[in-house]
Amino acid sequence: MRNLISITTLIGSIVAVQLLTSFTGTGYYLTQLTMTAYYSLIIIGLCLVMGYAGQISLGHAGFFAIGGYTSAALTTYNLTSMLENGNSLIKFISGRGLLIAAQDLYGDPVLYVNPWIAALLAIFLTVIIAFLIGIPVLKLKGHYLAMATLGFGIIIFRIVLATEIFGEADGLSEVPGFTLLPGVIVNGDFNNRIFNYYIACGFVVVGVIILLNLINSRVGRALRAIHGAEDAANAMGINTSRYKLYTFVISAVFAAIAGIFLTHYNGGIGPSEAGIMKSIRYVAIVAIGGMANLWGALTMGVLLNFMSLRGMFGSYDDAVFGAILIIIMLFAPDGLLHLSIWRKLRKKIL
Amino acid sequence: MRNFSYPPFYRYIFRYRNYPARVTIYPESGTLTVQMTAELFSQYLFAGITYGIIYAIVAIGFNIIYNTTGIINFAQGEFVMLGGMFAITLNNFMPLVPAIALAVVITMIIGALIEMIFIRWLDSPSILRMIIITIGLSILIREVALHFWGEGVRSLPYFNGNEISSIKIFSAQISPQVLWVIGVCLIIVTLLSLFFRFTSLGLEMRACSANRLAATLCGINAKNMVTFSFMLSAGIGALAGCVMSPITYTQYDCGTGLAIKGFTVAVLGGLGNSMAAVAAGLLLGIIEAFSIGIVPLAFQDAISITILLIILFVRPHGLFGSSEAAGLTEF
Repeated sequence: MRNLISITTLIGSIVAVQLLTSFTGTGYYLTQLTMTAYYSLIIIGLCLVMGYAGQISLGHAGFFAIGGYTSAALTTYNLTSMLENGNSLIKFISGRGLLIAAQDLYGDPVLYVNPWIAALLAIFLTVIIAFLIGIPVLKLKGHYLAMATLGFGIIIFRIVLATEIFGEADGLSEVPGFTLLPGVIVNGDFNNRIFNYYIACGFVVVGVIILLNLINSRVGRALRAIHGAEDAANAMGINTSRYKLYTFVISAVFAAIAGIFLTHYNGGIGPSEAGIMKSIRYVAIVAIGGMANLWGALTMGVLLNFMSLRGMFGSYDDAVFGAILIIIMLFAPDGLLHLSIWRKLRKKIL
Repeated sequence: MRNFSYPPFYRYIFRYRNYPARVTIYPESGTLTVQMTAELFSQYLFAGITYGIIYAIVAIGFNIIYNTTGIINFAQGEFVMLGGMFAITLNNFMPLVPAIALAVVITMIIGALIEMIFIRWLDSPSILRMIIITIGLSILIREVALHFWGEGVRSLPYFNGNEISSIKIFSAQISPQVLWVIGVCLIIVTLLSLFFRFTSLGLEMRACSANRLAATLCGINAKNMVTFSFMLSAGIGALAGCVMSPITYTQYDCGTGLAIKGFTVAVLGGLGNSMAAVAAGLLLGIIEAFSIGIVPLAFQDAISITILLIILFVRPHGLFGSSEAAGLTEF
């Protein structure tokens, strides 16, 4: 019941923001709000890992990049010449109607993989990588875990930066739109802006509902037990390593989905999306929201990402996030919304 | 047969004009053959040793703080960058030696201030909290350096000779700066082991790392020891930053990469063990140098990080740590 009220409030505020922008004629805000919504998807996923399972991950931008880059590479690679050369695999895929033929700017034929197939492959790849990385990494604790996930993020960054198929330092551009349903396309078209805003927010709402159900279930209680004391949880019969692995994979999938759709929305992706600073930024936002606080992370994620995307921090963008990290961790390690000042203030007023 | 251009940063150590053409590209088959001669082998070996020693000095900085506090200072790489940057700026006003000395002192003061402002007054902070605070610090230092010194790549002048002077050792042509790097590292390691063994301050620091409560009961001010360990590792980092600046150049963001390599080396040798860190550093440096013949230069970082991941998964107590002692600590 409590969840129902919160989710209704979330949907209400999403609609209210859209109406506000259309009444005040500030529809251009919707572009950044849409991007913010996709970033929030990563943040609520990371919140599950950090806040509820108590494991730090400094490599989540890597999963975002795996999703985004796989999808972008498959949908921008022109298969026309491979089909003409009689590549049997391409012929087989083409015969199943899994490829999309179109024309590029100059009228030349382009043949690319259907975004649905690309997205499914990207998610599949993310799940496999998250499993393979998660099994050994999640056995580690503390500094070792932080460094191992950081190292994973850097490896992904290096790979996308040095591989030709991923566009090296330029990244990939001219990614086609993603047709979710006939007439509902995820792309950066201005006329599609309101549609796209609702699609992105829809993803966030669905994500929040999934996570809330997870948190308030047997799994969620097990996770909180792990966060409190892992050995005790183990002794109580909780398979801690399996629960940690599952939450890690789920949050990786959240990041990959955000990567896929943000790439289609922006029409491109660059190596900076895989950078260390991005991963640290996600961690910072989860920390500010209060680690084990989904709503706090969501609120702070929307607020800070939106301000950052609007360029409000200027050239001090990274410095602001660094300063926020330090200040929050020094004075309010439970998050801004859990500050004892609020309680003291309330006591004084009442 | 045509001349092979060597990867860019190797040019800073070895002048490629000294190289005879050793790489042959056969146009008809498109294959590239590297003839590993004794000469080329020793060139690669010296490149590996140089970089390995640099990583080892950074790893020693990690170890000092880890030993007294049990935390990993993610901002360690930034001390190296600050040392190099301060020395370069000061070198405009004064000769090289006082500039380096002053840069080391300034960085030590910064290290002490960081500890006093951000760490000293926290009582028993969780590891997660310390990780995030030191990561935040490293970002902040880097951004301040970016706004202070700009994005430009700078370097100190060569201590002896200039860019093209070289010394012939075992048929390899190496820059005299390489000898400086190796020499300074040897001096640091020797002085440190003497310091920890024979001075009362060093003994007090070791007591703190062995058992903090017992050390406090013996009248040792544990908090001051932590401050001092930050100063020491900042100073060592800064000295490393000065010595390597002519070969590797200094830029506002050069700390991150070094910190990760340094951590790899520290883990490879076993966290907290400075002597093992030197051996592990040499090992990693040499592996990296020879990996250039096999994988593209762009993936060189990925190789050392893969080594880090493998070590973390297989032997988290390091190559030289004992598994019995490791059973007592948590990874």
